[in-house]
Amino acid sequence: MTTKLSNAQIAWRAAQDIADGTYVNLGIGFPEMVAQYQPPGRQAVFHTENGILNFGESPAEGHEDWDLINAGKKAVTLNAGAAFFHHADSFAMVRGGHLDVAILGAYQVAENGDLANWSTGPKGVPAVGGAMDLVHGAKRVAVITDHVTKDGKPKLVKCCTLPLTGVGCVTRVYTSLAVVDIKGRRFVLREKLPTLSLEALQAQTGAELLIDGPVADLIVPEL
Amino acid sequence: MDKTIGHLAEAVAKIGDSATVMIGGFGGAGSPIELIHALIDRFHATGSPKNLTVVNNNAGNGHVGLAALIEHGMVRKLICSFPRSSDPRVFTEKYLAGEIELELVPQGTLAERIRAGGAGIPAFYTPTAYGTHLADGKVIAEFDGQPYVRERWLKADFALIKAHAGDRHGNLTYSKAARNFNPLMCMAAATTIVQVSRIVEPGEIDPEHVVTPGIFVQGVVEVPDPQQEEVLNRAGAHYP
Repeated sequence: MTTKLSNAQIAWRAAQDIADGTYVNLGIGFPEMVAQYQPPGRQAVFHTENGILNFGESPAEGHEDWDLINAGKKAVTLNAGAAFFHHADSFAMVRGGHLDVAILGAYQVAENGDLANWSTGPKGVPAVGGAMDLVHGAKRVAVITDHVTKDGKPKLVKCCTLPLTGVGCVTRVYTSLAVVDIKGRRFVLREKLPTLSLEALQAQTGAELLIDGPVADLIVPEL
Repeated sequence: MDKTIGHLAEAVAKIGDSATVMIGGFGGAGSPIELIHALIDRFHATGSPKNLTVVNNNAGNGHVGLAALIEHGMVRKLICSFPRSSDPRVFTEKYLAGEIELELVPQGTLAERIRAGGAGIPAFYTPTAYGTHLADGKVIAEFDGQPYVRERWLKADFALIKAHAGDRHGNLTYSKAARNFNPLMCMAAATTIVQVSRIVEPGEIDPEHVVTPGIFVQGVVEVPDPQQEEVLNRAGAHYP
């Protein structure tokens, strides 16, 4: 019995909402997995901040070209129809509203759509990269994340307590337990694991889950 | 017109103490390792340049290139978006010891500030960073009902650039995603020095394929078979 989705399964679920021909930016790390689970027959075009549209899979070990990397500085390959461009054009694509979807990780998402995903506080070396740009401009900003932190605290919260990446920017959250939309500054439950009661889900969520329309079963294949 | 320079040492000879230097590249891709190393050589020989302000997306990786420049104590301040890498020890230790200043800028804002500097636009408004710590103290204005943050242009005394082919006029092409910040930095520096894998005759680069027009370039030096930071780091290289 599935009690929680794996990262691969969360990525799979997010991939199902990406239509054919969509321009997509995947945040570095966990969100990169979404590319592996595109439904057959659909082809999204992936954008990377450092200046490539339509990059493909990683090359085989030993075949890396270090002029051909993604935002995570991993070696990639090109698909037919790829394009290179400089950084100002790359972020014009981001802020200019040309990207259809950005999928990012999160430390916290608030019910008003605020996102915290770049800093866990004043300790250490701060680093932001493109996260603050990506949350503005993509037509849809989705988050994929575990439903709770490693020590069991809610990541879907009333109000972010960690430094913000963006204000009111997230529209959908795919978690290890549920799919939640952000609408009218509220969490609206769309899907949940069939084995999980609404009460149990609510208990692991830091703000009220609104029911507005049907709540579907979140069913994901074993991966 | 001939902007070619014979030697790396000559190419970096005029960069003085306290200069602001933009260094192209995103991680290792497009990083002008040989120009950076020539600057380190000069520092070892003459004690100069020091107290540099460096603009780059990152803060170096391992002990070569930008990381080596920082490791040798030549950099007073770094303006970047992501001072982390697989091996960020050099910057991290200096930063936590208070020996280097950091101005953290969102990546798209960094690119646009550099572009604005090169385009003669002193400031612009962006949605990026609104409502976050990185907008603290900055002017906010509403346009069509949405809040935006005012950001200033960024200019430099010098830019150190890596390109693929260049001609005597300074027209440049790049290699794949090694383009990144390089064309923007060419525009934003008073003096732009470029290392290219190949110097070609004017006309050999199809005008349709020129990415950086030569007007933005002051010097071109040939470095055939340039080193890649990633390869050097995998071999555990230190410079010098």
